[in-house]
Amino acid sequence: MTAADLHTATGAYVLHALPPTERAAFERHLAVCGACAQEVRELAATAGRLGLAVAAAPPPEMKQRVLQAIGTVRQEPPKVSAPGRVRTWARSLPRMALAASLAAAAALGGIAVWQHQSAEDAREQARESRQQAADLAAVLAAPDARSATGKLGDGATGTVVVSRARDRAAFVASQLPELPDGKVYQLWFDDGGSMRSAGLLEGPGAGSATLMDGPVGKASGMGVTVEPAGGSRQPTSTPLGLVTLPG
Amino acid sequence: MRSAENARTTPPPPPRPDLDALVAEVARGDQEAFTSLYDAVSGPVLGLVRSVVRDPAQSEEVAQEVLVEVWRTAARFRPDKGSTMTWVLTMAHRRAVDRVRSVQASAEREHKAALLDQMPAYDHVTEQVETRLEQQRVRRCLGALTRLQREAVTLAYYRGLTYREVAQLLTMPLGTVKTRLRDGLIRLRDCLGVSA
Ligand SMILES: [Zn+2]
Repeated sequence: MTAADLHTATGAYVLHALPPTERAAFERHLAVCGACAQEVRELAATAGRLGLAVAAAPPPEMKQRVLQAIGTVRQEPPKVSAPGRVRTWARSLPRMALAASLAAAAALGGIAVWQHQSAEDAREQARESRQQAADLAAVLAAPDARSATGKLGDGATGTVVVSRARDRAAFVASQLPELPDGKVYQLWFDDGGSMRSAGLLEGPGAGSATLMDGPVGKASGMGVTVEPAGGSRQPTSTPLGLVTLPG
Repeated sequence: MRSAENARTTPPPPPRPDLDALVAEVARGDQEAFTSLYDAVSGPVLGLVRSVVRDPAQSEEVAQEVLVEVWRTAARFRPDKGSTMTWVLTMAHRRAVDRVRSVQASAEREHKAALLDQMPAYDHVTEQVETRLEQQRVRRCLGALTRLQREAVTLAYYRGLTYREVAQLLTMPLGTVKTRLRDGLIRLRDCLGVSA
């Protein structure tokens, strides 16, 4: 299949209408094509609406059977403790690349079927994560990089480094307290009052830099909130602090 | 382009209980949270599976498998990649489709005429106001598609056909069907005001 063919397969993909080989080819493409990933999210949500429209009333016995069944079924653990599209860049690159490739695989898990990643996909993602590490390094080293620091409560501070030329930002926290299980720190861009997720903060204690997810765009500030594991689409708690982005 | 289109869309359905938060609790083994989640998603799951699988006993079996799968894999759910309902219904559709494809050889699927004969399986009477409203919206938006878009999307989604089977049934080139599935869903997305 040509690349153009792959881009047009989003509809057939979310409808589970691709035969297995084409499905596998498209999933490899999906791991590296942001436009298709976004379209798949939207079209999967659209297909879900077709499903909602045919909702039926399940018989009461079904509930009994399901509730009984879960008592005997072991739950799978999360794929990684701090899933993320955000990669920390702290220690040696190879270790980081491996961890990030696992994280990248987990990041694709929203559509259940994306979770079946082949070894080839993992290699693809390892390449991609090396790219992320390079991007982070590039932001920190960019000639136009500017930083700003703000308080995150209780003696903790956050520093954001912005390269307008690269349209990317990195974030470093210090003294952020450990969170209880099931909670994560999530980063946000403040687009004039509306918050846009910039990914999850990994290993906040380490004082390592994290590449924020997505372009800086017109964001005027950034914030950090505590969210349930996996992160949220919109903040569900008051930000620990907001930092105005440097010009 | 989408903003102009959006002016004519129906508002999205009213907010549901915070399913994402429930999934997070389910992931930590909270059976009570699972019961609430079950109440919110089991109707759509069963209805969708029935529309694809048809046989009532088999449908219930598949629906149960899906709901147990929700329990088992709750920790793998990523809220930033889509809503809980989308996640659950994606799993339900995948399982339903797998089921019909595995039994397809033994029991030859419905006749072409029977497949084309009816639009989506809106034959399950429901008392739920929200579901009926959703049916109206979806029906209206399906009506706004071209005939080919509508047939392709409904055959693939509600009947679980591959795009090759859809192409054969509608005697259309493969590439055309693939494109119609995509632009049909895009038009539905805009009509329903779906964002993700
Ligand atoms: Zn693409």
